[in-house]
Amino acid sequence: MSDRSFSVARVPGFATIAVTAFVLLYLPILTMVGYSFNASTSVSEWGGFSLQWYRLAWENETVKAATARSLIIASFAAVISTAVATMAALGTTRRGSFRGQTPIYVMINTPLMVPEIVTAVALLILFGVVRQVTGYQGLGYLILAHSAFCIPFAYLPIRARLEGMDLTLETAAADLYATPWATFRRITLPILTPGIMAGAMLAFVISLDDVIITEFVKSAGQDTLPTYMLGALRRQLTPEVNALSTALLALTVMLLTAFFLTTRKRN
Amino acid sequence: MTRETTVEAKAVGKTFGHGTSAFRALDNVSIRIDRGEFFTLLGPSGCGKTTLLRCIAGFESPSVGTILLSGRDITAEPPNRRPVNTVFQSYALFPHLTVTQNVAFGLEMLGRPKAQVAATVARMLALVKLEAFAGRKPAQLSGGQQQRVALARALAPAPEVLLLDEPLSALDLKLRKEMQSELKRLQHETGITFVFVTHDQEEALTMSDRVGVMSAGKLLQVGTPREIYNNPVSRFVADFIGETNFLPGVARGGVVRLASGEAVAERVANGPVTVAVRPEQVRIAAAGTRGIPALVARCVYFGTDTHVHMTLEGGVEVVARVQSPPSGDAGFAPGAKVVVLFAPDSVQVLDD
Amino acid sequence: MSIATEAGRERQTARNGWLLSAPALFILTAGAIGPLLIVLVYSFLTPAEYSGVEWVFSGEAWFRVFWKTDIFDGTVSLNDTHLAIFWRSVKLSVTTTLITFAVGLPTAWFIATRPPDQRSLWLFLITIPFWTNLLIRTFAILEVIRNDGILNSMLLGMGIITEPIQLVFTDTAVLIGMTYVYLPLMVLPLFAAIDRFDMRLLEAGYDLYASRWAVLRRVILPIIRPGIVAGSILVFVPSLGAYVTPRVLGGGNNMMIGNFIELQFGQGRNWPLGSALSMLLLIVVTVALLFYVRAANTDRRDV
Repeated sequence: MSDRSFSVARVPGFATIAVTAFVLLYLPILTMVGYSFNASTSVSEWGGFSLQWYRLAWENETVKAATARSLIIASFAAVISTAVATMAALGTTRRGSFRGQTPIYVMINTPLMVPEIVTAVALLILFGVVRQVTGYQGLGYLILAHSAFCIPFAYLPIRARLEGMDLTLETAAADLYATPWATFRRITLPILTPGIMAGAMLAFVISLDDVIITEFVKSAGQDTLPTYMLGALRRQLTPEVNALSTALLALTVMLLTAFFLTTRKRN
Repeated sequence: MTRETTVEAKAVGKTFGHGTSAFRALDNVSIRIDRGEFFTLLGPSGCGKTTLLRCIAGFESPSVGTILLSGRDITAEPPNRRPVNTVFQSYALFPHLTVTQNVAFGLEMLGRPKAQVAATVARMLALVKLEAFAGRKPAQLSGGQQQRVALARALAPAPEVLLLDEPLSALDLKLRKEMQSELKRLQHETGITFVFVTHDQEEALTMSDRVGVMSAGKLLQVGTPREIYNNPVSRFVADFIGETNFLPGVARGGVVRLASGEAVAERVANGPVTVAVRPEQVRIAAAGTRGIPALVARCVYFGTDTHVHMTLEGGVEVVARVQSPPSGDAGFAPGAKVVVLFAPDSVQVLDD
Repeated sequence: MSIATEAGRERQTARNGWLLSAPALFILTAGAIGPLLIVLVYSFLTPAEYSGVEWVFSGEAWFRVFWKTDIFDGTVSLNDTHLAIFWRSVKLSVTTTLITFAVGLPTAWFIATRPPDQRSLWLFLITIPFWTNLLIRTFAILEVIRNDGILNSMLLGMGIITEPIQLVFTDTAVLIGMTYVYLPLMVLPLFAAIDRFDMRLLEAGYDLYASRWAVLRRVILPIIRPGIVAGSILVFVPSLGAYVTPRVLGGGNNMMIGNFIELQFGQGRNWPLGSALSMLLLIVVTVALLFYVRAANTDRRDV
């Protein structure tokens, strides 16, 4: 390819590497998606199109229970983390800085900085003690843990939205006889909504994807879909795992597409 | 004629920050604004004019002094209780609400009945000629249209005073001229007191009933545009509004003389003074006639006018504004010897 | 009076800030930060016989992180098993960071220089793997590189090799897997930095006789440094603590520190040692983050 014009932004070789990277990034995922429709029992041979692995997974009670558990935990974690993150974002953004703001930022972002395996063993120890003392074995431990590590993911888009919001709008509302509460409900909250939705969706995806912390925190028989898949791998890799992965992938892609559409439309 | 006061500021001061970083934005400002008048606060950026406006609106509370509205002390009242509305420099239109919802906002907050809100909104949209855009969101409007929505929104609750914070600064020149006359029309039709903040002296002179000139937190002079232009009280006011020649002079024996010895004005108090003359009041005559001798330095062509820059004895520069002749050449060659004269009553004597 | 009201307003902002943040901080303390202190305490206790701890103070766990005592003659020497695991973790993490940078920089540059209407599509394409379950992506790469996977089948089919290449359960497999799963973490911050980069600076560079290489090294890289540092940290920190990828692709003999920590809480039955190892990992990560904060701040001073 000889182009005579000299383009300043073009660096030779970069485009080739980039396109190769995209191909290599998607090839394994697409292969996995393809083989989830494979009729053959062998993972590596193509035996024609079939939905048998999806049917198998669908008929598997353990898988169904794990899926339901994943969705319940993710819903709770998304709602709780988004609610508290919205409040925290309102308290820490705008209106100038205050003493103690940095510690709050650091605490909110801690889950992003601490290696997951460390948080996982820490919760294993703590919840082990709590289990012994209280005897409680329910999903509460997982919901608490998931809510905690979802907070920074919910906080970031909400805070970004708040920082982008023109403070004069609230001044204008006050000028037009709105009380502080009316200003919040009629002006601030509606403008913030896309950020809150985005935060909730990200929190949901993050909770749905978690493996390590769930693996350490869950009580006996509390497998989520990802920990079930990790366990299935230890036993035997069947195309059933491909089918589950594809389903989970589809859910993630759907949520992300919704996220992109909501954030873009409002801009 | 008795004048009724709407807004009054009494010895208002405002200091931001504290300690060594303290900044005095308003310094002992007292002002009375009459009902139904178009009052302009004029000054360079940072002079405190916006701070004074925000004190009247209630967005800032004065450090000292009181703000009165129709004789009532409102210094401690929050903005949402003051019958005062603001047109913001950035317009601050609510992006998630339509034009109609924006204009209705204040009325709804005041708890007006639905039918009355709808009627007032319709009237306001007609007033600013935006009926066709009622259902649009602010992002779908041009800058001039957004400006009109902001005006309609602030006028809809029929405030006692409308505050306008440099509302025209974001518009291009042609649109700005249009909106200037539009604002005058609206003020005339509604009869509401307008307090307008600008740093554009031409805007201030053409639109206002009265102008208050501010600098460094102080109110320097209040008067009609004519008074401000023709009788500036200080060198700052004379310099900020229009263009002015400043010449050093001395007052002695009741007469003010320039360095050349020419007597230009009368004055009782003795001492050094500054003589201010507008360029359009400077006449140029042929050398040898009566007047102050000068040398033409250069001519600058401005279309309708030509500015002739001249040097007096002692190196003082004087600019005369003369009408450009049809040929475009004012006929003053650099280096030519001339004399300058000042029109009677055109000379202002300012204390040094 | 104004001083009093302004100080009062500041106090009120701070009070509102803390009050509104309180629920989030409470959940974080209970579900993420507080338990870390318990780990610290546990690292100074004595292991119980089956699992858990005895409440007896001991520095043994920390000692055993680096040293071992010979069971027969009691001599103390460096614990080479542990050191090998640490070395593998650091080596694999650093290599992963370098490879993802080498691939990520051109990729991010490519995305940032697309026409505006295409750019968000490419960005979306890099975002999907970013948010896709790590486990799924690890499975996907496993399907490709396993002995009867696509790669070996293809190479065998084409006659390039006669026996499958053993990739799974090697360090190379872990490296491939980590590069694969962490690449998007490198690309996104690099993209953010390049997106802010003023392309006119390139014109200025070329105008002043710089070659392409000189422009890359003297203009582009210094200016996008915050993105490089952020991307490196985002890849290095999770790589160092990686658990899923080495477990699935490395198997039992190619443990990284994350798997070794898990082992102490499972079959190893040595919770204090596991706690000490966790703390060590946390310390290394914190040092890396402090380095990042300093690098980011230095940069702000320069500009």
